[in-house]
Amino acid sequence: MPPPVRRIQVDREPHVAPARAASNGAVAGASPAAVATRLRSARAPSVHVRERMRIESVWLAYGENWVVRDVSLPVRQGEVLAMIGASGSGKTTLLRSLNRLTEITTGAARAGNITLDGQDIHELEVNELRRRVTMVFQQPNPFPMSIFDNVAYALAERPARGRRRRRSPQIEEAVADALHRAGLYDEVAGDLERSALRLSGGQQQRLCIARALAAEPEVLLLDEPCSALDPISTATIEELIVQLRDSVAIVIVTHNLQQAFRVADHVAFMHLGELVEYGTSEQVFDRPVMERTRDYISGAFG
Amino acid sequence: MSATATAELAPAPPPGIPIARARREPTRSWPLADRIGFLLSWVVGIGLCLIALAIVLFMLVKGIAYLRPSLLVQSPAPSIKQSQSGGFLDPIEGTLIVATVGIAIAAPTGIALGTWLAEYGQPRSLARALESAVEIIAGAPSVVLALFGLLIFDQGYLGFLSTTAAGGGVYGRSFFAAGAIMAVLALPLIVGTTREALVRLPNHLREASLGLGRTRITTVRRVLLPAIRGDMATGAALGLGRIIGDTAIITILLGTVLQLGPVGHVPVYSTLRGTGSTLTTYIYANSPAGEGSAPQKAYAAAFLLLLIVLALNGIVTWLSGRGVSPAERGSAFKFLRFEWFALPWTR
Repeated sequence: MPPPVRRIQVDREPHVAPARAASNGAVAGASPAAVATRLRSARAPSVHVRERMRIESVWLAYGENWVVRDVSLPVRQGEVLAMIGASGSGKTTLLRSLNRLTEITTGAARAGNITLDGQDIHELEVNELRRRVTMVFQQPNPFPMSIFDNVAYALAERPARGRRRRRSPQIEEAVADALHRAGLYDEVAGDLERSALRLSGGQQQRLCIARALAAEPEVLLLDEPCSALDPISTATIEELIVQLRDSVAIVIVTHNLQQAFRVADHVAFMHLGELVEYGTSEQVFDRPVMERTRDYISGAFG
Repeated sequence: MSATATAELAPAPPPGIPIARARREPTRSWPLADRIGFLLSWVVGIGLCLIALAIVLFMLVKGIAYLRPSLLVQSPAPSIKQSQSGGFLDPIEGTLIVATVGIAIAAPTGIALGTWLAEYGQPRSLARALESAVEIIAGAPSVVLALFGLLIFDQGYLGFLSTTAAGGGVYGRSFFAAGAIMAVLALPLIVGTTREALVRLPNHLREASLGLGRTRITTVRRVLLPAIRGDMATGAALGLGRIIGDTAIITILLGTVLQLGPVGHVPVYSTLRGTGSTLTTYIYANSPAGEGSAPQKAYAAAFLLLLIVLALNGIVTWLSGRGVSPAERGSAFKFLRFEWFALPWTR
């Protein structure tokens, strides 16, 4: 008796109707391809686009090795900015410099300006900056604590001095709200005390997003958030990203060009530390101006 | 989320299909040198097991024969007659007191030092100096540490930690002195395990916390230390084993008197200022190697000591075998929750 064959349903018909999934963000049963077409077609340009960060002639180095060279980019709320490029193109370094996580690495150096709401980020207190510009990483990295504690950990307000039981109603509400925004609440509401490490990879990554959102950031940085996930979890998270862009500016680094096309409003293509091309995703993917962009998108290198 | 219906999947291949399972690789095909090495590994491994078993059995047979419940509750008494020389209640108490004092000093200090080495370590030169210092202590014989301790604790201004004679001379031997030097003895084990465990933790945990705008000290206290709770407990238990097993420090720094000798009348303080003995020195004193007055009691005490150490080892194995997640941890060791580190200035 052969093992049962489970075929993956691929829906190639474009959904013209804006079939954005229910508000909880769950896409149970939906195939990735269906979600992809739905994402693109349901997308109207956000109405309240507002610039949050500005990257101006930024150079970044580890030691003597300048990995980002003279890059200028705007980061806007209401938009998703995707950074694409081959490995070693400096996109992750640039992303990490936006909340000064590059500074953890010894020997990191920079030149140029990055501003957050008009303020130079190097004049902000670093932890305040990182609360306003939070980050989600490639590998889902929940803390080895309960789901609740994972989210509560990121909350901006401090628990009351009365210590121990940090369970004020405000905190519970904030945790639930963050989980709702990350589209995870319905799946975990039954047992928030469960260890976060028991969740599936996709759930863990959404927990990490919830955690990043709980800090009430102005900018959310995503460093290849789906590269360790299966297609269904990826689709869920992409849908989530598009939903979130109105309330928070989103910058996503991705190796997956289809993903960049599906979620991004603007795309920045980087190569060997330089910003080669920046434009709307339609322009970059359909009518790239630069030769190198064309080569990269058509798969000539990278 | 799960569109996969597991119910449709067959639980196992149907009967009749031969199932191949992985077997150990036969050594016939190995080079001769590898086969000899393989054989030696087995011989040494089994030999060690046999030695360990022999020790336990020997102590069991010798010890059980003389171990009476009354021995556990009677104080030792100076007498040549064995029937009147009492039990070893005081050495048991002494062992517990020294272990408590030692670990109470060594665990926080060691964890703090290990954490500093792994997470901060700046300036580098200071970190390297500290590492060398820890290594020196780890390599120093306990006798040397004990002598050093005596040098310190008979200083005049430390008289409040031991006995001061009428002329102003300080005796330098007390539970305080022995416990403090025991802490030094246990320190390298705790520093080492804490440090190794922190270094082993994946970097993304730190980045995750820093990326949320939490300070480094908060990251250490609320993410990293809880994640290595099992390792810290292992280090503490190893240090505890080292403390309980040591003889030289007790001989030199605790006075090795038969009964606890409190100084003064303040409940805890007077005991800690006073002298005493532990099971190790009791065994030494009563064994044929020492004064040899009561070898049977030495055996009984040795057996008890072995039991304590075995129990500690069991606890270590149990703690280190548990998962990293505190949410999955049982409640027996809830007291190890490092909310104890919830100091107001670290937020």
